Amino acid sequence: MTNPSTRPTSTNNAVSDDVVIRTENVSVYYGAFQAVRNVYLDIPKNKVVAFIGPSGCGKSTLLRCYNRLNDLIPSARVDGKITYQGIDLYDPKVDPVEVRRRIGMVFQRPNPFPKSIYENIAFGARVNGYKGDMDELVERSLRGAALWEEVKDKLKQSGLSLSGGQQQRLCIARTIAIEPEVILMDEPCSALDPISTLRVEDLMHDLKQRFTIIIVTHNMQQASRVADLTGFFNAEAGEGGSRFGYLVEYDRTEHIFNAPKEQATQDYVSGRFG
Amino acid sequence: MTPSTISHQETLIESSQKFNAPRLIDRIFFWLTVALAVSVGLILLWITWSLLSIAFPAIAEFNIGFLFSQVWNPVEDAYGALPQIYGTIVSSIVALLFAIPLGVGVAVFLSENFLPRKILTPIAFVIELLAAIPSVVYGMWGIFVFIPFILPGLQAIYGTFGWLPFFSTQPSTRQLFATALVLAIMILPTIIAISRDSLVSTPPELRQGAYGLGATRWETLTRVLVPSALSGIIGSIMLALGRALGETMAAAMLIGNSNRVSASLFAPASTISALIANQFGEASGLQRSALFYEALILMIMTLLVNMLAEVIVNRFQQVE
Repeated sequence: MTNPSTRPTSTNNAVSDDVVIRTENVSVYYGAFQAVRNVYLDIPKNKVVAFIGPSGCGKSTLLRCYNRLNDLIPSARVDGKITYQGIDLYDPKVDPVEVRRRIGMVFQRPNPFPKSIYENIAFGARVNGYKGDMDELVERSLRGAALWEEVKDKLKQSGLSLSGGQQQRLCIARTIAIEPEVILMDEPCSALDPISTLRVEDLMHDLKQRFTIIIVTHNMQQASRVADLTGFFNAEAGEGGSRFGYLVEYDRTEHIFNAPKEQATQDYVSGRFG
Repeated sequence: MTPSTISHQETLIESSQKFNAPRLIDRIFFWLTVALAVSVGLILLWITWSLLSIAFPAIAEFNIGFLFSQVWNPVEDAYGALPQIYGTIVSSIVALLFAIPLGVGVAVFLSENFLPRKILTPIAFVIELLAAIPSVVYGMWGIFVFIPFILPGLQAIYGTFGWLPFFSTQPSTRQLFATALVLAIMILPTIIAISRDSLVSTPPELRQGAYGLGATRWETLTRVLVPSALSGIIGSIMLALGRALGETMAAAMLIGNSNRVSASLFAPASTISALIANQFGEASGLQRSALFYEALILMIMTLLVNMLAEVIVNRFQQVE
């Protein structure tokens, strides 16, 4: 059994490229409850990084720290240091709105706005002060999300008229329309059927040419298909019985799935628990 | 066989035909609800028919010209509804002009997390209490407190903007504008409560989606949350308009019951419901019939507002 407060050594040898996001000794609290404990983890540029692990292990919580979406929960608090391009994301001088313009997010349930397909894309661009050719941006973003051919004749229709898989690709399109550097995906395929899931996964392979992607997933096959690096999180009961999540192991995806260093990882990826 | 197991020796038809109390109650329940539903429709028809039949002499006498006449003369039995129709519509619209921005603003404030819940809940409760104040109390408060309080301000507006037609008379102590302000206070709780509910019930995913794209709170509210709650907000405005159109007691006490159409909002005016309340006691013959004609007009007006609300709400729901 790992001692979760020690730094997993695998972090170092997993990462050799440019680091976009560095997570140093990060713990996340909701009020007095500690949800995530002492995570060290570096996200390299233009890679897909998957967070896997059982429910309640804090992987979504950690993901939401990267674009400061946990700020929406008044009791949430982040200890430790998360840097993006060397700048502390939680520095008081940093505006969370600016963070979210550079680090976009795709959510678990497709959440298009109750607006037309066109306006769904244009919204993010407008609030980011985009001054260029909007028609061109909408087309480029929809092509980038492999949705253009299906919707090009009905851009004025409501985004909610699309199927679940199309809605999720619309949400990806509206995220890439704001040209973020990093895209966070919180179980983006959990509400989709297998065919839509494969389309979104194909899309991730294309997107990593331009973006860094962090994806939280419950689906281990998905992690092994899309991710270059995989972090395995687990939950453990701490003092007083409340469960906290921690990073067990972070390495190249093939190592995590074929030759993990930790027994817990081995048990999880081979389906023995979780 | 133990007594607790059900015997299936009868055929399906035999057991279906057998007397069975729960089944009977089920039938009675069904027909009872049908009867209740039908009775509501019958009451509406009954009221409409009574209005029509009692108003009929006036309708036959004055025809459609009733809507455009400013005369109300019981001595010569000549009647017209124009001042009341005008006063009803204008007082309601002016009330909405004040109540919509204030009400939607308060609803947005209460639906956001600007204040801790411990403070928000009592505020929301107090606002809903505004709706519980009887309208005669609003009328008394208007006469003795509110109108004296705002009159100096209205004088100042008259002094500066008296050249504008709607401020072109000396503010009277009984007048349309002050009535409209009291009406605005009366309809505020309706707008606030329903708008807030529809804002609060917008899916949290929408807010997260907008924040996740780098939208500020203002952008999220104005471009995502308020548009997606719009059907509820418009519904609340229409309900409030319905209340303002039909409000009787406060209007009768404050508006001055003048039978003239004046462009100035500071002049006394009249509303349909105020006229009916003032005159119904001593009216008979053609005058009573004319009052019923006015009531019919008011009912048609509120009916139109309700239908319009349905249309607008449906249209916005289709967009969603």
